[in-house]
Amino acid sequence: MVEEEGFQRYLAHAILWIGIAIVAFPVYLAIVASTQDNAVIANGQMSLLPGGHFLETYYQTLFVGTSGSTREPVLNMMLNSLVMALLIAVGKIAISIISAYAIVYFRFPFRMAIFWIIFITLMLPVEVRIYPTYKIVADLHLLDSYAGLSLPLIASATATLLFRQFFMTVPDELLEASRIDGAGPFRFFWDTLLPLSRTNMAALFVILFILGWNQYLWPLLITTRDDMQTIQVGIRKMITTTDALTEWPVVMATALLAMLPPVFVVVVMQKLFVRGLVETEK
Amino acid sequence: MQKQAIFQSKLLPYALVAPQLAIVLIFFYWPAAQAVIQSFLLQDAFGLSTSFVWFENYLELFKDPAYFAAIIRTFAFSFAIAVSSLSFALLLAVMADRPLRGSTLYRTLLIWPYAVAPPVVGVLWVFMLHPSLGVLSRYLRAMGVDWNPLLDGDQAAALIILAAAWKQISYNFLFFLAGLQSIPKSVIEAAAIDGARPMRRFRTVIFPLLSPTIFFLLVINIVYAFFDTFGIIDTMTRGGPGKATETLVYKVYTDGLLGGNLGSSAAQSVILMVIVVVLTGIQFRFVERKVTY
Repeated sequence: MVEEEGFQRYLAHAILWIGIAIVAFPVYLAIVASTQDNAVIANGQMSLLPGGHFLETYYQTLFVGTSGSTREPVLNMMLNSLVMALLIAVGKIAISIISAYAIVYFRFPFRMAIFWIIFITLMLPVEVRIYPTYKIVADLHLLDSYAGLSLPLIASATATLLFRQFFMTVPDELLEASRIDGAGPFRFFWDTLLPLSRTNMAALFVILFILGWNQYLWPLLITTRDDMQTIQVGIRKMITTTDALTEWPVVMATALLAMLPPVFVVVVMQKLFVRGLVETEK
Repeated sequence: MQKQAIFQSKLLPYALVAPQLAIVLIFFYWPAAQAVIQSFLLQDAFGLSTSFVWFENYLELFKDPAYFAAIIRTFAFSFAIAVSSLSFALLLAVMADRPLRGSTLYRTLLIWPYAVAPPVVGVLWVFMLHPSLGVLSRYLRAMGVDWNPLLDGDQAAALIILAAAWKQISYNFLFFLAGLQSIPKSVIEAAAIDGARPMRRFRTVIFPLLSPTIFFLLVINIVYAFFDTFGIIDTMTRGGPGKATETLVYKVYTDGLLGGNLGSSAAQSVILMVIVVVLTGIQFRFVERKVTY
């Protein structure tokens, strides 16, 4: 054991707490601001302690929205975000796992070509193909729809790679055994491979859900109707350029509601989250 | 590497890859190809005729001082974000790597910002450092700083860099901690027995062994600064004041919104694609070789 002097241990604790404070301070401020009166905040007189407007602000945020530019209840925005995040996460996992299954367990012409076609999409993030993709989605009449929000993001080279890698480690004996039992490709996939992939799927789901929920640029472009906007887009529209009109308590409450689901997932499913993060980056 | 045990079927495998292939071709390759083709075309002011102009759109871009400035700015932002976030995260990870009481609690309290969306990060920081009502701005002004990121381009840039680095701390921390925990304790103990004090152990033993992680994170952070800062910039400064916080991705977005020059906008997209290809290439080379030390 390497020596661990008392002073050094205290120093380590102190530095970690300072780090946590720096990381948490902006969020603490948001919590405090969401419970105070807008007039006080706008004057620059905001207190660093919680105020008494908690229920009022959150009721207005969730069920009414801001009184100015976007009169859209944030609860509705959260529902849109939830549907989009689930479609993206489940869609990516579903289409990736079956492509990986085909690539690993079958021999067919253009197998590797197809693998590479999927792989190269890694280098085509939505940011580099913004307007041409927008045009295609518009031509397909998918603007302002859940399909338009999710479909162009649903392909996943990382998920396909991950499942491929995992399938390669599954022993061949399993397939031979289930074949003796008379199982075809569907039965083997459903009864053997899918249950084995459960942890991988869960870890992937955690990461993909967070990524889906946090999408911004794409929803910003293709949603024009207020009732289709996601919470990330809604929050930007709440900050008006003429500062006087921004309702800061509502904005801060929306910010907190926007981070609640993904942060909850990270904290509660920490093991799966870390696993998913490390695996998807490799 | 191939599996020995496989299924025989002519059509099934195609049916299985079809959904992913369809999405990839329609929403990835088709638009990317459109961007490449468009970047070689020039449309007249009324959109009535288009002509093939070879690399003119690209040459125009590189002659444009505003585009050149955006390139320099994006690289400067990436560098600043990566260095500040990596060094702070490394400090925290080194501290958390010790056998401390409550180390799992520390980890939980440090990793959650990963889940905060960039536009939300922007909103949190803009509120905290807003020139007229920001809580921290009061203290800055009390210290004699003439703080107004709405007017001062350098201050706006600093604000973006700080906010973007803040979000990335958790990610870097996690990977540094994993990297530190994979260093064999025996190596560190050997150095300690040789009489190396903690600082020296860090400099001569731990830091070199951590170099693959540092390199990997550097690439990831640059990619992050290039692409994921869009939401932060859009909620905080919208590229302003002037063009002080306009990165390459943000420029593609605003130029496209204004609708003007399709060819130039496409050429900008293609340049971004090339940048992604280079960065991903570097990343994969590293994963293959694990960087020798």
